[in-house]
Amino acid sequence: MLAGEAGLAGEVIELEIPARAEFVALARLVVSALAASDSNLIDERVDDLKLAVSEACTNAIEAHGKAGSDERVLVRCKAGSEALEVCVEDQGQGFDPTQLPDHPPVTDPDRLKFERGLGIPLIKALVDEVEFSPTDRGTAVRLVMRYGANGAGTS
Amino acid sequence: MDLGLDVEERDGFAVLSVRGEVDVYTAPRFRERLIELVSEGKHMIIVDLEGVDFLDSTGLGVLVGGLKRLRSHDGDLLLVCTQSRILKVFEITGLTKVFSIHDSVDAAVGGGSDGGGANA
Repeated sequence: MLAGEAGLAGEVIELEIPARAEFVALARLVVSALAASDSNLIDERVDDLKLAVSEACTNAIEAHGKAGSDERVLVRCKAGSEALEVCVEDQGQGFDPTQLPDHPPVTDPDRLKFERGLGIPLIKALVDEVEFSPTDRGTAVRLVMRYGANGAGTS
Repeated sequence: MDLGLDVEERDGFAVLSVRGEVDVYTAPRFRERLIELVSEGKHMIIVDLEGVDFLDSTGLGVLVGGLKRLRSHDGDLLLVCTQSRILKVFEITGLTKVFSIHDSVDAAVGGGSDGGGANA
């Protein structure tokens, strides 16, 4: 089906959430409901996007916590003709995604030391494209789900 | 958002059945419940994820932390999960190799390292 027939193409939908943990569920619910109403994405891809959005919002809220910011986190969904894009913008301190430590291989007993830091590897595996960009006030994470692409992260 | 955390005893295991969504908001309660069980001397724990609708990296972190804690007491943490969308999160992060994942509580209690199914 063509994107235009779904009635979403060209639409931009924005949601601002308070930077608190209880609002991550709302953000992923809104995005997954929107993605599910987009007939270009199969259910599995909607689930992938839902998880990626949850991870991005969690990171955003943690960034706000570290920066002591009371500002809101912006979640912007843009339905294009070829993809659904979700941008999560925080006003935290920002970070360098290239400076994340590598996890030891799963067979290494030290792997159990890594209880955190799984979010960004998950995002990368789940969406077709991810971009982290510094903004004036924090970090913007852009998640792209292309229509017609096979599910990412499946083996 | 409700997170169900029910515990029952099964053949020397504490079975913690989790229901609902595990994310950054609910994960602290899940972590506290696991820590409580360990401090009560329950060192063989089965976490049943069949009632979980959503699990993200914060939930994975709780499970990894629980496994680490239990291993330091010569215990273990086994998982019950057959839902593909939840299993996928373990597969992507390579944690299927870290956890023993079973098809049912019966299979987990029955032991075996085949990842479940054999005893079902």
